[in-house]
Amino acid sequence: MSAQHIVRSFDKELDYLAKKIAEMGKHARHMVERSISAIVQDDSFLADRVIAEDIVLDEAERDIDEKAILIIALRQPMAVDLREIVGTIRMSADLERIGDMGKNIAKRVAAMTEIRQSASFYKNLEAFASLALRQLDEVLDAYAKQSLERIDAVREHDDEIDAMYTSLFRELLSYMVEYPSNITVCTHLLFCAKNIERIGDHATNIAETVHYILTGYYPLSERPKDDQTYEVGLDKKRIFQKNV
Amino acid sequence: MNPELSIKMRGLDVKVFYDSNQALHGITLSILENNVTALIGPSGCGKSTFLRCLNRMNDTIEGARVTGHVFLDEEDIYDSSLDVVELRSRVGMVFQKPNPFPKSIYENVAYGPRIHGLARSRLELDEIVEKSLLKAGLFNEIKDRLHDAGTGLSGGQQQRLCIARAIAVSPEVILMDEPCSALDPIATARIEELIDDLRKNYTIVIVTHSMQQAARVSQFTAMFHLGTLIEFGATETIFTSPKEQRTQDYITGRFG
Ligand SMILES: Nc1ncnc2c1ncn2[C@@H]1O[C@H](COP(=O)(O)OP(=O)(O)O)[C@@H](O)[C@H]1O
Ligand SMILES: [Mg+2]
Repeated sequence: MSAQHIVRSFDKELDYLAKKIAEMGKHARHMVERSISAIVQDDSFLADRVIAEDIVLDEAERDIDEKAILIIALRQPMAVDLREIVGTIRMSADLERIGDMGKNIAKRVAAMTEIRQSASFYKNLEAFASLALRQLDEVLDAYAKQSLERIDAVREHDDEIDAMYTSLFRELLSYMVEYPSNITVCTHLLFCAKNIERIGDHATNIAETVHYILTGYYPLSERPKDDQTYEVGLDKKRIFQKNV
Repeated sequence: MNPELSIKMRGLDVKVFYDSNQALHGITLSILENNVTALIGPSGCGKSTFLRCLNRMNDTIEGARVTGHVFLDEEDIYDSSLDVVELRSRVGMVFQKPNPFPKSIYENVAYGPRIHGLARSRLELDEIVEKSLLKAGLFNEIKDRLHDAGTGLSGGQQQRLCIARAIAVSPEVILMDEPCSALDPIATARIEELIDDLRKNYTIVIVTHSMQQAARVSQFTAMFHLGTLIEFGATETIFTSPKEQRTQDYITGRFG
């Protein structure tokens, strides 16, 4: 951002919002990371903690909303300030949703205890989660550094997430076909994968918001396609072919 | 934006000197018909000076010298053959402090049409007065006391009286120099509402210190700084994503 405001306390208020977003980002990331660990290690204690911590994000989102509305009422911000403030409201909503995704994943741990698989079974899910979280890290880093180049770089990774989701979806589908006894665990994992894919979407939303804050317009290029799994049928041949 | 925008007034390389002090450094700016154009910028940047160029009010200031051209429709208003009195009836002005004449409400509004010979009878004059007060959103409040003193009205009513007075001579353009800075928020809201109404029939140029007011009432905004035009554009753009850093700094309160 450019020079300081004549009214210094305005800068402090804006800094507070930015700091709060960074904190929410860290917290959301941590929740998702641990929800995956809980799945892999069948750790219901950890899962419960993740679920209980969701409230931190709910409260942070409300806090950001209230502060942002107060700033709008008191300072009537313009231009980049207004975009920044409205942007924080949007980003906090996306981060709160990312936390929800972590909570949703954690909630499945209890149901999956009975049908626990070896750790290698979850390898691809873990890799997928890392990819989505890397996306989130990059986007938050770009926001903290106010870097348009970084934002554009982040957006280029969107396709990887979609591709990986589609491949994971196929993989799980093929397991179910191969070993019907795996249907329950695979179904849970499909939902987890869907949650992770949504995390990627929220990271993309945040990237677009940051782009808007920095430039005053949303990125021009077409938004990467999201969930493509509706194309994946139960045609065995196709599943196996693609998977070999 | 409206595709059929037409230019009502146009300043071309307008420079103004007050004795040896140059206040405007070559302003080129178009005023679009039936739109409100806001002039913004820090105090002393030349907003009022530019506004006064649009109806040659600077002529009345000792030591002021104007170069360049200002066109009203196709006509250069600085052409020596131009009738300045007629110009001021086509381009009216409303000032910061409401300044009704020490006369009745009726006489305040009737004065202009009378000296410009716009009414052929008392009846016609009555009609012009009533219409002008109606358009200025004042008639209903004062219709029973048309012959009371204009100076007895509230500040907001006085300002609307001044607008009625400007309207009475059927101007094409109305210039307003901080018309609300002496008014309370309710009176200000009334004037803003009025400005929005008036632009159907008139072209309006307003100088304002309130960024919010500029954003609310205008369709186009011109940002001045140190006697130069920094940026001109759709108000929407100027207040959400201005192109110039100085505009951004000014409207976000970062100007040192
Ligand atoms: N009547 C005047 N005589 C001499 N200098 C003037 C006069 N009016 C304005 N100026 C000077 O011209 C510059 C622009 O003033 P003005 O147009 O009133 O700015 P603004 O309306 O943006 O505050 C200032 O430096 C001011 O001191
Ligand atoms: Mg002025």
